[in-house]
Amino acid sequence: MISFSPTEEQSLIVDTLKRYAKDRLRKVFRDADEDGELPADLLAKGWELGLVGASIPEAYGGFGELSAVTGALALEELGWGDLSTALALEAPATFALPILAAGTEEQKQEWLARFSDETYPNATAAMLEPTIRFNPRQLQTTATASGDGYVLNGVKAYVPLASSAEHVLVYANEAGKTQAFIVPVSASGVSVGEREKLMGVRALDLGRLSLENVTVGGEGKLGGAAGINFDVLYARSQVALAALAVGVARGAYEYALDYARNRQAFGEAIGQRQSIAFMLAEMLVEIDGTRLMTWEAAWKLDQGEDALRAALLAKRTADKTVLMVTDRAVQILGGHGYIREFPVELWLRNARGFATFDGLAIV
Amino acid sequence: MAIEFNLPEAIATQQSAALMVAEHMMRPVSRHFDEHEHDIPWDFINGLWPVMRANPMFGAGESKPKNGDSGDKPKRTPIGNMTMIHLIEALSWGDAGIYLAAPGGGLGAAAIAAAGTTEQKQRFLARFRESEKPVWGSMAMTESQAGSDTSAIRTTAVRAGDEWVLNGEKIYCTAGRLSLEESAGLVVVWATIDPKAGRAGMRAFVVEAGTPGMKVAKLEHKLGIRASDTAAIVFTDCRIPLSNVLGSTEVVTAEQAAQPGGPKGFQGAMKTFDATRPAVAASALGITRATLELLHAKLLEAGYELRSDVPYHDMSAVERDFLDLEAQHRAAWLLTQKAAWLMDMGEPNTVEASVCKVKAGEAATLITQKAVEMLGPLGYSRELLIEKWMRDAKINDIFEGTGQINRLIIARRILGFSSRELK
Repeated sequence: MISFSPTEEQSLIVDTLKRYAKDRLRKVFRDADEDGELPADLLAKGWELGLVGASIPEAYGGFGELSAVTGALALEELGWGDLSTALALEAPATFALPILAAGTEEQKQEWLARFSDETYPNATAAMLEPTIRFNPRQLQTTATASGDGYVLNGVKAYVPLASSAEHVLVYANEAGKTQAFIVPVSASGVSVGEREKLMGVRALDLGRLSLENVTVGGEGKLGGAAGINFDVLYARSQVALAALAVGVARGAYEYALDYARNRQAFGEAIGQRQSIAFMLAEMLVEIDGTRLMTWEAAWKLDQGEDALRAALLAKRTADKTVLMVTDRAVQILGGHGYIREFPVELWLRNARGFATFDGLAIV
Repeated sequence: MAIEFNLPEAIATQQSAALMVAEHMMRPVSRHFDEHEHDIPWDFINGLWPVMRANPMFGAGESKPKNGDSGDKPKRTPIGNMTMIHLIEALSWGDAGIYLAAPGGGLGAAAIAAAGTTEQKQRFLARFRESEKPVWGSMAMTESQAGSDTSAIRTTAVRAGDEWVLNGEKIYCTAGRLSLEESAGLVVVWATIDPKAGRAGMRAFVVEAGTPGMKVAKLEHKLGIRASDTAAIVFTDCRIPLSNVLGSTEVVTAEQAAQPGGPKGFQGAMKTFDATRPAVAASALGITRATLELLHAKLLEAGYELRSDVPYHDMSAVERDFLDLEAQHRAAWLLTQKAAWLMDMGEPNTVEASVCKVKAGEAATLITQKAVEMLGPLGYSRELLIEKWMRDAKINDIFEGTGQINRLIIARRILGFSSRELK
């Protein structure tokens, strides 16, 4: 049946996150961006919402099940609240959910329980590399089979919370295929480099990670000897980023809509002019369309269907939509849009990142 | 309820039947009816009529029970509008012009079903179920000086005893000839009963084929959808029974009509757009899907790769173009399904109906035009249907509300401005 209404359970999650985003994230996001860090207790509090635990079945210590649709709904709300916080809260998910989706039974038993605990786990994933020719299916970081295990070499970029991470899921090129490896940051040859200095998501700690002859045992390769189907994990990541982008776009659209309704010029609200009103109508059209494409790709993942194309289409569309919408929000606010007392310039800077972000979130 | 995207079995079955019709009865004659404008596709019409008259959703105008109003029957989720858009999409994949010539009640029956009394529905709509021969219904709204601005309509309806007398000239009436000259059909005519009252004086009148004083004066020559007739209709002292007016005969102001339970004049029948806009969007997207399928096949034939597993920055320009066109189509089709779903759920969908119409009208125009370009000398040639589909597609950004009018409708709703505040 084709249907567009979330389940009651999903609606409950969405409502909770709406409140959290409004009451917590929207209160701190500007200062966090200016300060270059998230408030100390923000992640701890956010973690208590049980976002990752809700994706993990009871058998592995969690209290829910993996659903890309539910994940997409949740991430839209977090993206609406603040992208830096959303990505920080997602960092442990990028470690845990691939293990849940593609790990061996032993890996699930070993790692997943801690993600339902009340303490924020210092785990993250490393996908991006510092090159303009970045290709997630032809990574420059290599994993070479050696004895019972693997030796990893390469440099990873934009690793969420790299400076505080204890475990990293590192994506690497093993004989031409992308595989994932569980690497303790304490392992010999791992070094955390400088924090990235970025245009947006400035409250988020994204760092470099160097791997020099890092040895990983056979048990550290995700999915065991057979490895993973990278296409599926990558599609899950694209859907997550698309959902976050929809949230960012919706936030900017709502702000600009409200502004256009109230801002007076030439004796009337600027929204009473078609040049502004039509921009807003088009922003809504694109946001709604992008959301539905994201949901459809998520639904395909949940059905176990091939979601390669759908996820690519959703992510590409989301990249364009979020940039278009946040740019127009700045434009509608005019001079105000350019000033840091107003939020829209921050959202434009964050939005531009989506075309670059890879592997920073997952459903 | 949940968020789901699987097509119900009942719709899938009807969809494949419609695709069979599209492939075998429409595509083979597509070019002929494009090049012989005003020829009537009788084989298609006669073949389809028994199916259409058995199918209430194609304009026989039977009102569907609302949610929870199904008596003792087991409660089933209504899928009437969802079915309709899938069938329209499939037939338009065959040929959008021939689809518009399909027999049935069309917009005329839709208006009667939305705004008519029980007696009117019985009197006017029975023919679309019972007639042995194909019958059409149509809608006459546009005039030479009144397009999007329907308040400028000048056709008058004057009461004379127990009759209305209509005078004026209507243009751009889709299937006007089929309704009035080729069948015992009808046309719903918009006219004013008080020229000073603007929209408040506007009423819809049912005029049956064969009524003296009504004449099909002209058939337009068009850019595309040439298999569908677009008629000008002249009314000269055309007399119809008093009971042929839809809705109240009082002059209703916009304020009165906006009251809950208030009298519905113009607004009542405007509701039909909530159903017809997704239908137009679906037709646009049928053409678009046909275009994308042929484009895909021709590009592969020519040796292009269309990959999903390489980064955007490593794709060729052709690959990128195709990806973006496909995304536009997907977004538009999902928006259309959502608008139809809301209607089936009995939820308001005015904004969503305009949203899908804006997106589909634009996507169909863009995609078909780009496909002509991408296929080079093949695209521009009349040997393929691509150039025809580009001409056919364009109407969808114009009729049932232009892209601009639909943007205006969306903008007024989201901003909370009246038509006076946001012109």
